[in-house]
Amino acid sequence: MTEVQTSPAAAPAAAGLSPGTGTRRSARVKEAATGWLFALPFTVLLIAFLLLPMAYAFKISLYRSTLIEGEVFAWFDNYRQAIDDPLVREGVVRVLIFGLLQTPVMIGIALVAALLIDAATSRFSRFFRLAAFVPYAVPVVIGTLMWGFLYSDSIGPFAWTGIDFTSSGTVLASLGNIVTWQWAGYNMIVLYAALQGLPRETYESARIDGATEVQIALRIKTPMISSALVLATLFTIMGTLQFFTEPLILQPLNPGAITQHYTPNVYAYNQAFSFQQYNYSAAISFLLGAVVFIGSYIFLFATRKRSALR
Amino acid sequence: MTFRKGSVAAHVVMGLLAIYFLLPFWWLVVAATKDNTGLFQSASLWFSDFHLIDNLRILFEQDGGVYVTWLRNSAFYAVVSGVGATVISALAGYAFAKLRFPGRNALFALLLGLIMVPATALVLPTYLLMSQANLVDTIWAVILPSLLNPFGVYLLRVYVHDSIPDEMLEAARIDGAGEFRVFTSVALPAMKPALVTVLLFSMVASWNNFFLPLVMLSDDQLYPLTVGLRAWYMSAIMGNGGAATFSVIVTGALVAIVPLIAAFLMLQRYWRGGLTIGSVK
Repeated sequence: MTEVQTSPAAAPAAAGLSPGTGTRRSARVKEAATGWLFALPFTVLLIAFLLLPMAYAFKISLYRSTLIEGEVFAWFDNYRQAIDDPLVREGVVRVLIFGLLQTPVMIGIALVAALLIDAATSRFSRFFRLAAFVPYAVPVVIGTLMWGFLYSDSIGPFAWTGIDFTSSGTVLASLGNIVTWQWAGYNMIVLYAALQGLPRETYESARIDGATEVQIALRIKTPMISSALVLATLFTIMGTLQFFTEPLILQPLNPGAITQHYTPNVYAYNQAFSFQQYNYSAAISFLLGAVVFIGSYIFLFATRKRSALR
Repeated sequence: MTFRKGSVAAHVVMGLLAIYFLLPFWWLVVAATKDNTGLFQSASLWFSDFHLIDNLRILFEQDGGVYVTWLRNSAFYAVVSGVGATVISALAGYAFAKLRFPGRNALFALLLGLIMVPATALVLPTYLLMSQANLVDTIWAVILPSLLNPFGVYLLRVYVHDSIPDEMLEAARIDGAGEFRVFTSVALPAMKPALVTVLLFSMVASWNNFFLPLVMLSDDQLYPLTVGLRAWYMSAIMGNGGAATFSVIVTGALVAIVPLIAAFLMLQRYWRGGLTIGSVK
């Protein structure tokens, strides 16, 4: 941009100014202009695809579409309806149950795997690290399609067990397995990175005192990575609240079990794109987004003190 | 690690978990070598007659060769969104870290405040706004929102702040380089490892994207692989006439993940680098 710029050292002398006023100011102006120019594309995108959609969703969520009068301002009627809607409640309860059961299982597997690859340095443990992480590289859609086939009672390898993986009683667990398969390795790497950052001396002395590897792993290493564990748990819970792709893909396998309102996001999607209820859908989306957003910050704030202890 | 008792137990646990993580891949590879009859009639975890070549041919001919279009679309969206998002994030991250301009702190605080806004909540209003701008069902509806990467900006800001000393930039300025020149010839080369990570993550995010293109696109010639394969899967389950068979969908899924696995294995270092920066800071 500013290719022709006089050297700051030479300019004041030539202009006869006291050193470092005029040019320093013009350098500051140039720096500020460049700063704005560099930040501009990002700022435009932030406004256009984050702030504006948020504001727009909030705006239309305050209106109702009626046959006679068209769009009518309705204050918080849509929100009241959403909170009272048994189908929304059912979806919320379902994702909460899902989060409470699936999150500890997945974070548990990720923690065990991370502790194992941190302690073992064999060639197999390096292979294992890759194997656990590979599912993360697969698009969620394709991972879900693969498991959809694996669950099949006609072409899947588990057909001999006679278990119906997509019945209304089992489908939540089947979905939980897909999420666990896809994200356990990702969380393992996050936790492993935290373990690698620990000072080795701390558990060297425990080892000299006769602590076993298992004791070191559970009593020393795990507490020391508590902040990483908390973060991984947080992101998992926020993900499960927004649960969408997996149930949507598997829906045709058993529409009676995976309903149109299976999760709040699936419900909002169907309200908008199957029933054209954009205002109501915006209210559900906005409510869900606000819960996730506020929840993240409360969670981060509440755990800040504890994780700062490490 | 020698053959201590604990080590054996550790390896048994790792072995069992590895089977769990790899079994679906094994099944996919085996299944892609079978024709539709073989898929239903042979043992599902072992090979029977070899039909991979036939499956690939049918895959690329199904519905007038639309799979190739999807493959090309996915690659196009990933490259354009990935490169675009990286360039935009690099400019902004550098500006936030090294250039003083009025409003910088407020803007960065806004970014940090919004980084937790869930993307799924934005899809519907973005769709409605896009339809008012007549951009629905065009490539822009998929590409433009993907250019925004607040986390990439944050990551690059942290990286530039920690790894490029002010003196280095000052020296270039004293040598007479303009601000843009300082950025391109001093800062950018020093940012390379972080740039590769951001590029990789934005490209993969775009390749894997499903909700946004699902909502934005109705013309199947514009679909990325994720939306296209899901459409085939729906038709196959519903048993629509002329629908792609399961063997074609299975082969399509395999072809879709091969480039990702290859990129993943070759660029492991950068994957882990990105996750580490994201988790520790």
